[in-house]
Amino acid sequence: MKMDLIQPFINATDAVLAETLQCTTSIGTVSMEQEAYCLHGVAALIVVQGDIEGRIIFDLEPEAAKAVTQRLAGGNDSAATPEMVREAICELANQVIGNAVTVLNDQGFHFKVHPPEIHTASHGGASSEDTEALVMCFDTSSGMIFMNIAMRYNHRRKHDSVMVG
Amino acid sequence: MEQFAPLIRSKDMRPIRYLVVDDSVFARKNLARMIESFGGQLAGEAGDGCTAIAEYGRTQPDVVLMDITMPQMEGIEAAERIVRQSPEARIVMVSSVGYQENIIAALQKGARHFVQKPVKPEVLYEVIKYVLGDEATVGAVPAGVSQ
Repeated sequence: MKMDLIQPFINATDAVLAETLQCTTSIGTVSMEQEAYCLHGVAALIVVQGDIEGRIIFDLEPEAAKAVTQRLAGGNDSAATPEMVREAICELANQVIGNAVTVLNDQGFHFKVHPPEIHTASHGGASSEDTEALVMCFDTSSGMIFMNIAMRYNHRRKHDSVMVG
Repeated sequence: MEQFAPLIRSKDMRPIRYLVVDDSVFARKNLARMIESFGGQLAGEAGDGCTAIAEYGRTQPDVVLMDITMPQMEGIEAAERIVRQSPEARIVMVSSVGYQENIIAALQKGARHFVQKPVKPEVLYEVIKYVLGDEATVGAVPAGVSQ
């Protein structure tokens, strides 16, 4: 997995978390995983298709998910119902991916981003050789936020568009 | 949340009425909180483009805050249909996807402005002031006018 492919997602995560949570973030552990992914708690999955293909999972431990929801709701403690927590994590994922996609699109990559879905399986699918997943942990004032990203260039699609264009 | 000087309608000094369109309930609630901090009134909500068109006709809001990526009908198409029926409609696109093609398409279809998520309240406030122009004024909502 190319670093220049995932750098926009890292930058977007950093920027969106800093803006929405009004805190500084730091990157904790970083690892490459080919094994099936084990969820920490509340997770939103976004699938990307096009010149770049793959998926991103935003995953928060239950307490962190609740704290993030309260923070995003302006400090409203009663906002963190289970449904609202799921909605908040999906919206957070949507904002991160949207910002990353904006950068990549302006670099000439075109793709479709599917709406975020709550990822409920306790084990995600294992990564393949060409979609090895990078797992990064962002340390925020609301707790740890894990980003699991598996992306690759769609060479065939890019090649086809070059041939056509 | 920070409170802003109330933005009110110049013609009758009543609160500005907003239609909020976003498939995320959480995003709608957040925008509704911002509207409240601007002294505005939530006229209606919609979770997709089709509902947005119906709600626009029903509520006749002063401003529409419209997401782009939504199920059934996306925000740009909904904006185009609303403006076709009501050329005076003031639609502000609010989306996390802010690449140039999207922004240009939205403006060409009749949207008045674009705000990228995450939304900064002070940015949205200024955009709404700009979009409403002389139709809005900054002032206190008169006593007795419900919000």
